[in-house]
Amino acid sequence: MALVEIRDVHKVFQRDTERIEVFTGLTLDVSEGSFTALMGPSGSGKSTLLNLLAGLDRPTSGSVRVAGSEVSAMTAAQLAPWRARHVGFVFQSFNLLPVLTAFQNVELPLLLTGLSKREREERVRIALGVVGLDDRMRHYPRQLSGGQEQRVAIARAIVGDPTLVLLDEPTGQLDAKSSREVLALLARLNSEFKKTIMIVTHDPHAAEQATTVLHLEKGTLIEREAVAR
Amino acid sequence: MKIPLIYNARSVLQRPLSTAFTALGIALVVAVFIGMLALGNGLRAALARTGSDGNVLVLRRGADSELASGIARDAVSILSASPHVAIGPDGRPLVSPEVYVLVPLPRPGDSSAVANVVARGISDQAWNVRANVQVVAGERPRSGRSEVCVGQKLIGRFDHLGIGETLRFAGRDWTVVCHFSAGGSAFESEIWGENEQFMPVFRGEVFQSVTFRLRDAAAFDEAKRTLEGDQRLTVDAHRESTFYADQVGILGIMLKVLAFGITSIMAVGAIFGAVNTMYAAVSSRTPEIAVLLTLGFHPRSVLASFLVESALIAAVGGVVGALLALPINGIVTSTTNWSSFSEIAFSFRVTPGLLVSGIVFAIVMGVLGGFFPARRAAKLPVVQALRA
Amino acid sequence: MKYLPLVLANLGRHKIRTILTIASVTLALFLFASLRTVVTTLHTNAQFGSARRLVTLNATGLVFPLPMAYANKIRALPGVESVSWANWFGGRYGDSKQFFAQFAVDAESYLAMYPEITMPEDQKQAFLHERSAAIIGRRLVDRYGWKVGQDVTLQGTIFPGDWTFTIRGVYTPTAPAIGDDALIFHHEYFDERLGHAGIAGWFIVQINDPGAAAAIAKVIDDQFRNSSAATKTGTEQAFQAGFATMLGNVSLLMGTIGTAVVFAILLVTANAMMMSARERTGEVAVMKTIGFSDRVLFGLVISEAGVIAGAGALLGLGAAKAFYRAINFNGFGFLPGFNITTGTLVMGGGIALLLMLASGLVPAARAARLPIVQALRRVE
Repeated sequence: MALVEIRDVHKVFQRDTERIEVFTGLTLDVSEGSFTALMGPSGSGKSTLLNLLAGLDRPTSGSVRVAGSEVSAMTAAQLAPWRARHVGFVFQSFNLLPVLTAFQNVELPLLLTGLSKREREERVRIALGVVGLDDRMRHYPRQLSGGQEQRVAIARAIVGDPTLVLLDEPTGQLDAKSSREVLALLARLNSEFKKTIMIVTHDPHAAEQATTVLHLEKGTLIEREAVAR
Repeated sequence: MKIPLIYNARSVLQRPLSTAFTALGIALVVAVFIGMLALGNGLRAALARTGSDGNVLVLRRGADSELASGIARDAVSILSASPHVAIGPDGRPLVSPEVYVLVPLPRPGDSSAVANVVARGISDQAWNVRANVQVVAGERPRSGRSEVCVGQKLIGRFDHLGIGETLRFAGRDWTVVCHFSAGGSAFESEIWGENEQFMPVFRGEVFQSVTFRLRDAAAFDEAKRTLEGDQRLTVDAHRESTFYADQVGILGIMLKVLAFGITSIMAVGAIFGAVNTMYAAVSSRTPEIAVLLTLGFHPRSVLASFLVESALIAAVGGVVGALLALPINGIVTSTTNWSSFSEIAFSFRVTPGLLVSGIVFAIVMGVLGGFFPARRAAKLPVVQALRA
Repeated sequence: MKYLPLVLANLGRHKIRTILTIASVTLALFLFASLRTVVTTLHTNAQFGSARRLVTLNATGLVFPLPMAYANKIRALPGVESVSWANWFGGRYGDSKQFFAQFAVDAESYLAMYPEITMPEDQKQAFLHERSAAIIGRRLVDRYGWKVGQDVTLQGTIFPGDWTFTIRGVYTPTAPAIGDDALIFHHEYFDERLGHAGIAGWFIVQINDPGAAAAIAKVIDDQFRNSSAATKTGTEQAFQAGFATMLGNVSLLMGTIGTAVVFAILLVTANAMMMSARERTGEVAVMKTIGFSDRVLFGLVISEAGVIAGAGALLGLGAAKAFYRAINFNGFGFLPGFNITTGTLVMGGGIALLLMLASGLVPAARAARLPIVQALRRVE
């Protein structure tokens, strides 16, 4: 069984009188330990797919199974704890809470667990260590560069040891150097720490780091490359 | 270049709940403000309207209230003969020697609670001396009878005051034969009977006061000097209007202190609310402000615009507050006139002036609250704002 | 609590706003405590009165005197332990606008009957042994700077002329309803000046058995029913309660204002919370994505409101308690014993609680209903 199983998913958006069909029967597997890049032009449904996987959105019809659970059937109340356990999400604009330090931002998901203060601290340190920012723990987001903010966001995404790490255009607002740093980090997370990663991106460099590249166009999978590493 | 008001109006409507809350907070402050001042106004009005500028109230020297005073019959004769006293159309001097006492009347429904009500024994000239007094129901008490006339503010506040009913006090039964009005003054909280009837029952052979109409209303000071200097008398002469108006005394001060104290504290709280609202407004509209500044609107116009917005929200609150307070106008309540130790009933008095003050007060709160936020908007560093 | 740093950090986002909101709550609760205490003080003072003391007045009205001869007749009645009498003097001190009570009393019996009036024994004896002596309440010492041994002259209003007394003692009342701002002098001195008129203002009758109060009162009134001056006798408490109603419907007034105040502050606080929440929709979306449930988010919002309400309550109620004690407030003499009770403090706390819940409601509801995807799109 693949980690993620998408079966015959349709997704329709109704905006005023316009009816937009994003997916018309998408079927797709994502295996555990893979690093998948989702590429395609705007409006092709890349972000929507990510949202469906995280349970942030529901398919109009079809099934989305992640780690054996039918995500599309869960209620909002069930999804919250599920997401906390299984999903780490990184957004294009970093979405760190500006009033919290890097440490506190990374700690956020752990507040939902029953871990003690000391246990939480340990995991945050490890996560920040992995992204190479353990010397910046007490800094506020405004004191960090764009790339550093994004790495903190990644640390937050992995601190709870989630099943899936989902990233929506993580390098979209970064300069070339920072982008490379972030992508290298993701590659390491995948190869060294065996994290299953799915990244929506325009960045061709990201595709280079991935093990699988999916091209979406108008909601349909048109190409699937398995990149040999 | 002035920023059009429509911009403010539309922006305000973007946050309806927040704006409504701010306005409502100010409305409550204004309502309390108007309400409390109306209370004080009512009390003061009742006492102020009680006396006339053209009348003189004579008390024993040193007495600060009618209750404490005592004037003998011969003194009354001397006073009546004074050239300062006006002569009525019937040729008699317009003089009313009066007996003033307090009688305990039980409050309806609670027989243990009593109110000390003024019972005034008047001469029949009293109806002429006091120009604003009128019988509104029934007939004046006849001489020699145990009859009384009841001031209209007492009706409904105590039992047995209807025309024809029997009221008992001082160990005697009295028949209520009329009700009178007195221009909303303190007299309306009194029971009037004949002085010769009250005297033996209460006080022996002395009157408490003598009230007369001045022949020459402008000659009060002279009359005062003459009477107080007269060796045969030991009296103080007071202008009737001033005397009663002064009785507001400590109660009036207390009400004023209470009114201003309470409303100041509430106002500060409301101003803080307005400040918060406007700061939030400024920060959420930062990009728009930047655009306005870039377009060429002067920072002063931006400042003015936000001040006006804040003032408008507050003004709306003020109007709502005024409307909230309006219904209390005319409600009758009572307290004790501590100068005379008697119960006085009066109505809340909301005047147009008071309503306007309330609204102005609201606008002031709005302007004060909006000032610093408006200043921040005007001083916005444009480049940063546009990047935000 | 582990979420506390998050709650506090959010409050620190706009420090000015947080401070202003807390200040508003502080002011409101200060007002609330003040207003409620006016009502509680009046209520407490209305309850004052020994069950063993009766007050006998002239039935015609309290401004009319009673013959002093009644004292012996009352004393002879069964169940009566002792009788004292007093008269209201109502004088003025110089041109002082401030009013204070003055009584002429039958000193020995009166002081024996009112153990609540306490003073050093030597002062008491000095007072008792000098006919033109007077004792004054503590507050008059502060107000006029009078000292023991000093002569004080009052202008009589009801009883005209200058009346001079020598202050021989300063008393402290153990019951607040007995004001600490009265001047008490000898009835004998009063009598003498009035040419032995033989009148008293009212009698205070001490009885053995509180249960017999009503019966004895009736006996006294029956005794004098057909005399020149009929009497009305009641317990001291009834007498006191009657005074309480004289000010007017104070509790209604205070209650109305108090409600307006609480309501206004609710609006201010709720507004501040709403504005705060509105600016954070993006962050709320992120938190929901991370997996924060609606319930936890609600708790965070309520906690923020709670910190504001709690801080405001502590400051406001605390300030009120300290302030009135510091200035020894007695409401111009109308509110002796003005003290903020525990009950009022608890009510204040309750209001803070209500504030917390009510002001958190709208933002919490909004957060719960937030469509995550749209909210995120707005941010990005």
